[in-house]
Amino acid sequence: MTHDRPLSSVPAWLWLLLAVALALQVAWQTRVPGRTLEAEDLPPAPTAAALRLATLGEPEAGARLAMLYLQSFDLRGGNDTPYQRLDYARLIGWLRALLELDPRGQYPLFAAARIYAEVPDSARSRRVLEFVHEAFLDDPDRRWPWLAHAALLAKHRLGDLPLARRYAAAVQRHARSPAVPLWARQMEVFILEDMGELEAASIMLGGLLETGAIHDPGELRFLRERLAELEQRARTAK
Amino acid sequence: MPAANLAYLVVLEARRGGLPWLAGAAIVLSVGLAAFLSRIALTEGALVQASAVAASLRLCAAFLIAAHVASSVLREVNDKGLELFLALPLARPVQYLGRLAGFVACGLALAAAFALPLLAWAPPAAVALWGLSLALELALIAAAALFFALALSQLVPAIAATAGFYFLARSIGAMQAIATGPLAVPSARTEFARWTVDLVALLVPRLDQATQTAWLLYGIPEPRAYLTGLAGMLIYTLLLTAAGLFDFQRRSL
Repeated sequence: MTHDRPLSSVPAWLWLLLAVALALQVAWQTRVPGRTLEAEDLPPAPTAAALRLATLGEPEAGARLAMLYLQSFDLRGGNDTPYQRLDYARLIGWLRALLELDPRGQYPLFAAARIYAEVPDSARSRRVLEFVHEAFLDDPDRRWPWLAHAALLAKHRLGDLPLARRYAAAVQRHARSPAVPLWARQMEVFILEDMGELEAASIMLGGLLETGAIHDPGELRFLRERLAELEQRARTAK
Repeated sequence: MPAANLAYLVVLEARRGGLPWLAGAAIVLSVGLAAFLSRIALTEGALVQASAVAASLRLCAAFLIAAHVASSVLREVNDKGLELFLALPLARPVQYLGRLAGFVACGLALAAAFALPLLAWAPPAAVALWGLSLALELALIAAAALFFALALSQLVPAIAATAGFYFLARSIGAMQAIATGPLAVPSARTEFARWTVDLVALLVPRLDQATQTAWLLYGIPEPRAYLTGLAGMLIYTLLLTAAGLFDFQRRSL
């Protein structure tokens, strides 16, 4: 067991030196501005294989930490609207690589659909929505919420009903899990209705009712009433 | 049981040394880091925390056990304590195995302590499987560190060799995937590189398949895959123990 000598044994000049060195360090660091990652700082995306190598066999943790890193680009600094100046080709490359690194993770698609697609730049928004659609096709039962959100964005934000219908149709066609709620599978019907395609909407809704997938009595009643209303409107329109 | 006595001494040294404090500090820092990350995560907050804590604790555990084994063994060598033990009427294999058993016990205790915080984010069954796998992984690293410490007889080279071996074992799967990936240009050099990586893969354990964070996030692994991973680690620990015994037996101390 070793015993330290008392603090009083340290000479005064050494106390002073320590205090001055500490003050110098703190003063120096306060002069250095905190660095924010700008849009142009975003490097090209690495491949998923390179990321897997770098994460030392921890793809799930690596993918999430890399997402936190990615979302910090162009978040603050000189940009009033976050993410608007990002190079979306690089961004999508990163999202694709991170999704490949951890295919069960939802973070990259959440960020794509809820953050990067919501920038007020329709070209950028469309690129990300296409990425969401492409990723959805690889695992529809797990990724449908993001394509459903993409359909809503296409309809309400971009005002592009054909695009919204394409995404809604993909959800209806490919998402087969019982966990997919009915509203997601019915989206195409309502978009068709908004497009004025009343006959197509009523045919689709009728088909949906005939599949027997709807068991809730309240939901059945509501959809039957909606079908009757659609048929009535379609007849009137003729 | 002389071997059991030696193992007890090793555990006692670890308990009285800084290992429990370092383990506690690692847990506090990992949980603190996870809490910070969860504040900046926009979604999957619990998964971000679980994955960050699991990944950092696994790395800390591996480093702690390797550094502890190497420093403990080399201190004993430098203090001539090992020579004193060798003068006792105890067979060398008994001495080697006794020490290894003590270090493995330290690894088990570390794995149990590091698995506990994960119960905050993952189901108990998944945490138990993760903890058991970590315990075997630490036993393997303890065996590797003991082997390198006695073979190299220097602290920094022993820790560096153990760390290099560990990182290679955790990334060899990714290396093989890159070597056989579609981006690899078919040529004689590519073939040679692939052949070399495959050869190295035969000689190191697949630690990328052990102690997976995915078990905590997405549910427990397939029993067959899990048991295969555990068996692989046990076999490699046996290999390292045999190599260490061989080296210790022929060494002139």
